[in-house]
Amino acid sequence: MPSMIEIRSVTKRFGSFTAVNDVSLDIAEGEFLTLLGPSGCGKTTLLRMLSGFETPTSGTLRIDGEEVTHLAPYRRNVNQVFQSYALFPHLTVADNIAFGLRMQKVPAPEITRRVDEVVELVALTGFASRRPHELSGGQRQRVALARAIVPRPKVLLLDEPLSALDAKLRQQMQLELKRLQKHLGMTFVFVTHDQEEALTMSDRIAVFNQGRLEQLGSASAIYHQPRTAFVADFIGEANLLTAEAIARSGTMTRLRVEGGLELEIPTDRWPAGGSKVVISLRPEKILVSKRPLEAEAIFTARVTDELFQGALDRLHLQTESGTRLTALVANESALREAIHAGDAVWCGVHADDIAVVGPA
Amino acid sequence: MHALADTAPAHGGRRAGVVAWLLLAPLALWLLLFVVVPMAGLVVYSFCQRDDLGRVVYDFSWENYARVFDPIYLKILGRSIGYAALTTVICIVIGYPVAWYIARQRSPLRERLLLLVMIPFWTSFLIRTYAWIAILKSEGLLNGLLQFSGVVTAPLSLLYTPTAVVIGLVYAYLPFMILPIYGSAEKLDNALVEAAHDLGAGPIRAFSHVIIPLTWPGIAAGIMLVFVPAIGMFAITDLMGGAQVPLIGNVIQNQFFRARNAPFGAALGVVFTLLFILTYALAHRRRRATTA
Repeated sequence: MPSMIEIRSVTKRFGSFTAVNDVSLDIAEGEFLTLLGPSGCGKTTLLRMLSGFETPTSGTLRIDGEEVTHLAPYRRNVNQVFQSYALFPHLTVADNIAFGLRMQKVPAPEITRRVDEVVELVALTGFASRRPHELSGGQRQRVALARAIVPRPKVLLLDEPLSALDAKLRQQMQLELKRLQKHLGMTFVFVTHDQEEALTMSDRIAVFNQGRLEQLGSASAIYHQPRTAFVADFIGEANLLTAEAIARSGTMTRLRVEGGLELEIPTDRWPAGGSKVVISLRPEKILVSKRPLEAEAIFTARVTDELFQGALDRLHLQTESGTRLTALVANESALREAIHAGDAVWCGVHADDIAVVGPA
Repeated sequence: MHALADTAPAHGGRRAGVVAWLLLAPLALWLLLFVVVPMAGLVVYSFCQRDDLGRVVYDFSWENYARVFDPIYLKILGRSIGYAALTTVICIVIGYPVAWYIARQRSPLRERLLLLVMIPFWTSFLIRTYAWIAILKSEGLLNGLLQFSGVVTAPLSLLYTPTAVVIGLVYAYLPFMILPIYGSAEKLDNALVEAAHDLGAGPIRAFSHVIIPLTWPGIAAGIMLVFVPAIGMFAITDLMGGAQVPLIGNVIQNQFFRARNAPFGAALGVVFTLLFILTYALAHRRRRATTA
């Protein structure tokens, strides 16, 4: 697929603070790409450079083949859904939505038709003559969305559009947004600090930390093969442990983890050079049972703490060798065995579930 | 007052009501003594006549009101409205960009700039007007500067002209335009301006379609604070216009203190006050229409 957006070595500095540091990224046409990271990581600044509200200190931006690095926002074929929605309080829902079309000098009958169409698409029928302050948060969110998609931009930029909604509504809107994006075939660039939101909606996720692009990949690649300790820790939960290689047998390398636990990983995951690494192990990938179980690495441990979390049980484990781990198990497993603090358990880990996230 | 009296029962019945009235009493007394009573006096005077010595004779008559609509006075009233309107327009044109600029600044600089707008109030209004006389008179500061730099050879006569009156009025009322517009502009969420740009509105259309409508309450308040008092202003026209361009305020002042015709002055004052009320009602209706 051709690139809709090309970001080349873009850096943005505010005084001595570097908000975005040498980022290069291609976004395909029709892709749902999420910029994910903690606050202050540069994701919003990058989005604002795409919309034209900020200008890169260096580097270039192209949208649909056209260089837009210094192009004014009102000359770009992109629209944004603002975090605060930024609905015009003096205009009705219909006039808010029609604003972009009026600026493009679209003929009045066509404006009416397209506004009606999009009002129906975002399920706001009957609200067209209301003012923004007469709407609920979810309705305002949909007006902001309708206003941004009705001019049919090449790219829709979304700046944490769901952050002001309550949890239930947010989940519902995540699905609606994803469906809408497929229906329109529009390129979406979505900014969020919520990793669950990113995992649910995105074709690809770009994880940012301190102005740098840490990792770019599909949701499952980011989750299962984090490349840095930051990514492993920021997305989902991770047991981050330092480990050293103690033996190599053909395709497998044997590791000794801090505390003494020994595990095996495929040799090709071992980074070139260096003898110590940091590994990431997802808590839900640690199998826990009171009976011996099948896995590539099996060890025994004692449960030091148990936290009930509804659907899941969080277990703090200490292996016989002394390594501390956190595991998440289904609250009531198929084996119907209740595991409590103080129990001795069998644990298992598959080699595929161990990710090397960097040198120690 | 009504709102306080209405909510009082919810906060402890009659006692809270009594407290509310006690708190409002000084203001109510002030308004009664210095607004209601004098206004009532003015209305009574306006229907009276005067004797040859200028004393008020309590003898009912419509004569004063008939005289108000004499073309001479209507012309002066028209001129007063014209000067006030011109002053208001100039104040908006100069004041809007200033207010907008200050409102868009970061915090410490913003307060400092705002202070600059208010500093003139620390000096008496009359002294500041005399300062303008010193600037504009033939051998004054401005003419000295223009002649020294060779722009003009003979001094321009600036003082005691309509231009001087407008300069004086704009100077006096500009802060009353800047402050309410600043109040509106400062509250305007910058994301709304960005949204306008994002949707294809260039600077001019973002200004006319979004910024102006959303700062309209400030502009309307500025108009009320500049236009209405500027119609009745007499000190500036006296000092800087040199009685060359009498406005309605000067006429009223003259009736009371020079012509010694208080009843006629009172009639002018009453008509004038009714005009204020009408202007205010119209502006208020417009404001309600835009914010509803």
